[in-house]
Amino acid sequence: MYNRYPLWKNLLVVFILALGLTYAAPNLYHPDPAIQISGESGATAMSQTVLDQAVGALEAAGIGVKAAEFNAGAVLVRLKQREQQLLAKDVIEKAMGVDFIVALNLAPTTPAWLANLGAKPMKLGLDLAGGVHFLLEVDTRAMVAKKAESAAADLRRGLREANLPNRQWSVRLEGSQVVVRFPDAATREQAIKVIREQAPDMMREESERDGQFLVTLALSETAVRELENYAVDQNVVALRNRVNELGVAEPLVQKQGRNRIVVELPGVQDAAQAKRIIGKTANLEFRLVANPETPAMQRERFSFRNNPAQVYELEESVIVTGDQVTGATSAFDPETNMPQVNISLDSKGGEKMNRVTRDNIGRPMGVLFIEVKSELQKQRKPDGSEELVRVRKTEKSLINVATIQSALGVQFRITGLDSQAEASELALLLRAGALVAPVDFIEERTIGPSLGADNISRGFHSTLWGFAAIALFMIVYYHLFGFISVFALGANLVLLIALLAMLQATLTLPGIAAIALTLGMAIDANVLINERIREELRNGASGHAAIMAGYERAFGTIVDSNVTTFIAGFMLLVFGTGPVRGFAVVHCLGIITSIISSVMISRALVNAIYGKRANLRSLAIGQIWKPGTTSAARA
Amino acid sequence: MEFFRIKQDIPFMRHARIFNIISLVVFLLSVYFLIARGLHLSVEFTGGTLVEVRYQQPANLEQVRAAMAKAGFGETLVQNFGSPQDVLIRVPLSADGDSRKQGEVVMQALASDAPGAALQRVEFVGPQVGNELVEKGLMALLLVVVGIIIYLSLRFEWRFSVAAILANLHDVVIILGFFAFFQWEFSLSVLAAVLAVLGYSVNESVVVFDRVRETFRARRDLTTEQVLDHAITSTISRTIITHGSTQIMVLSMFIFGGEVLHNFSLALTIGICFGIYSSVLVAAPLAQIFGVSREHFIKPPPSMEFAEGELIHPEPDPADFR
Repeated sequence: MYNRYPLWKNLLVVFILALGLTYAAPNLYHPDPAIQISGESGATAMSQTVLDQAVGALEAAGIGVKAAEFNAGAVLVRLKQREQQLLAKDVIEKAMGVDFIVALNLAPTTPAWLANLGAKPMKLGLDLAGGVHFLLEVDTRAMVAKKAESAAADLRRGLREANLPNRQWSVRLEGSQVVVRFPDAATREQAIKVIREQAPDMMREESERDGQFLVTLALSETAVRELENYAVDQNVVALRNRVNELGVAEPLVQKQGRNRIVVELPGVQDAAQAKRIIGKTANLEFRLVANPETPAMQRERFSFRNNPAQVYELEESVIVTGDQVTGATSAFDPETNMPQVNISLDSKGGEKMNRVTRDNIGRPMGVLFIEVKSELQKQRKPDGSEELVRVRKTEKSLINVATIQSALGVQFRITGLDSQAEASELALLLRAGALVAPVDFIEERTIGPSLGADNISRGFHSTLWGFAAIALFMIVYYHLFGFISVFALGANLVLLIALLAMLQATLTLPGIAAIALTLGMAIDANVLINERIREELRNGASGHAAIMAGYERAFGTIVDSNVTTFIAGFMLLVFGTGPVRGFAVVHCLGIITSIISSVMISRALVNAIYGKRANLRSLAIGQIWKPGTTSAARA
Repeated sequence: MEFFRIKQDIPFMRHARIFNIISLVVFLLSVYFLIARGLHLSVEFTGGTLVEVRYQQPANLEQVRAAMAKAGFGETLVQNFGSPQDVLIRVPLSADGDSRKQGEVVMQALASDAPGAALQRVEFVGPQVGNELVEKGLMALLLVVVGIIIYLSLRFEWRFSVAAILANLHDVVIILGFFAFFQWEFSLSVLAAVLAVLGYSVNESVVVFDRVRETFRARRDLTTEQVLDHAITSTISRTIITHGSTQIMVLSMFIFGGEVLHNFSLALTIGICFGIYSSVLVAAPLAQIFGVSREHFIKPPPSMEFAEGELIHPEPDPADFR
């Protein structure tokens, strides 16, 4: 009894195929171009009125609406034609006003019964769907420098308050280190306690130089690492908030490596606007304007943003920063009709604001606007070659100076802004949270929607025609066994797509190339098997023995060759980013599915066809030529 | 239908020296071109800005170039991309101004001096990314090589694994040599293709070596050279059919895949062609040079395979091998 699978194995094959077909099926349904409407804040309710208003506006503009529905707290309007999607967005934006966020989307059309099984179409990468991709690098050095700066300020204050007998000490920043100098060892001894209190997380080192007694403070490696992690994680949170404010259907904001963040905005075409909102490191500082009593060491000069000639001196210490802002909305001052931003602070910030303003009624307070800008500059390396280096500039300028009329609390407003647009952008940035460390755009990609559609059809046609040509050749060359191989190859394709859809891996153009290549390579296993069977037949084995030996002997080779391919694929997965990773994911998954399909599924089919026949004299595997015979013999 | 009707083993090994010389010459030429011309690296590696636009009519490249020059871009590269309507503009990183805004500046320049362009794609890559990519690419290459050597050493013999990997590294260098000679653009997807080829062509050597091992065990009457010849001959039809099938797929990508997959499929094509050649005609002689012999394979006791193999193969005519 050769070549039969036990019932459980046959059932397993049927089950795998059914599972594959089910989860691959949603990809057959083209998604609808859609417009997604959501409220600017969570409070804006999406009612039937909103839906009717949007649909009405589209119909009035002559844009075909296929359907409209509520979907996860948003309204989703499906359109008939993809070309009208951008136009439809404009129409709805005009009709709905500023309270709503209108975004482009692609709505899946998976039938309900498939959706109920959890089957979803594959996620398309930006190169297929169109959109904007950014890779940001978080400048953690700036973060470390800022930390050292604030430690230095704390130390100065602490030492001043400690009233040391000898006042000849100094605190200075040297790179990311803080150096405290004392005139004698006794003073240093007295100060150590203060230093330990003010900078508990810094590493201390005592030394003597030029007759002075020094304490050098630096952040430990772990502290720097923690600070970096904190900076990147906080930035991810702030970026998510900002992206949500932009109104993108399915954005991706993800940490990558040690200090990078990937931002992907499908459907977005205006990269410039997205960049302005995402990359801005805007923050605010509230400080008192210096009065005659303020020591010279604790004064800083700033000029007005819209009038550089107008200069004020502010105190060095900051009352609150934008980080303590919990809410910000733009509005108009009812008296002057000038734009303003209404701000609410968290309780800690409010308390501090209240304490400081209570004691300083009648003194002016300044609002500093802080922006970090970076540009590329040429720098000469020690070996004489030139290199492009990113240089960062922090610009601090005044936007408003006003006299404190009464003690302020958690709520107050800022005026002195140029325009309504500036007010709403500042409000948005404050609301979404400041970036704790500045970011650089180190990679940026914008892909138009039509290019994405082109890429899909290119990838699809490559795979289709390649598959068809291989299928034709296999059937002509190996007859029934060729057909079985093609069936296995088809099963491989279905399983691979099902697996990608189940894992919700992102499909890119290199990913499609990997599908095609995997199929082209997977046929190798079946060629190995078929050639082995022919060889066994050539050497006079019976049909059943040939099938048995063919599959069994080829198996070792198939595993070997797939393992080596897998090693290469895995390394691409580990070291690759972007397009390489998209390729590698599919390549690796494809190797797994091809072993299943070329060995198990094709064998099941062979067994189903030949298994029940005793005395198998010939196999439909094409003509077999035997050495020694002049004319080809039919096996 | 059967393409390969080989009456007796083909004496590949007799000509091993010729193959070795061919390989060496092509290899050295590739190294020479890699050094002399270098690779034409894509924006992903060098940093810079890439703008792809589409015109309704065939684009006037001179006009586009003039628009770029007028906008103050120095060394821009303007070329057609796939079709006469599509234009690719490549701007290197520059020190003056904010290079992140170059995409917008390019579009403004086109709008005023070469109107009608619709933006298809903008890609900006900063200077930090490129070096890292080269590092990671080389690291991946190294680990693939190490991984394959370890696996093949466990499965076979160190002589085989070293022979196989050398043969395929020679393919990699030759692919790079082609890219250097023709100055085709070397992008990330080409890198992926090169590494995929490395994993894939090693298969070929694996299949041959599998046969070598089997034949060593089954046929005690053959010399090492004859064993290698027999193994290559009996797997040659599979080799060609398999690679032919993969090549059909790659060709389909080359034809239908558009400009993005063009160089990817080109790298695969070269890799597949040289893969057949090297894994068979370079790896086997190398294994011979390293001194593989029957003793390396008779450690395990004779198995079923051994008994069957003895029955299957007809006695060869020793005259054939002279």
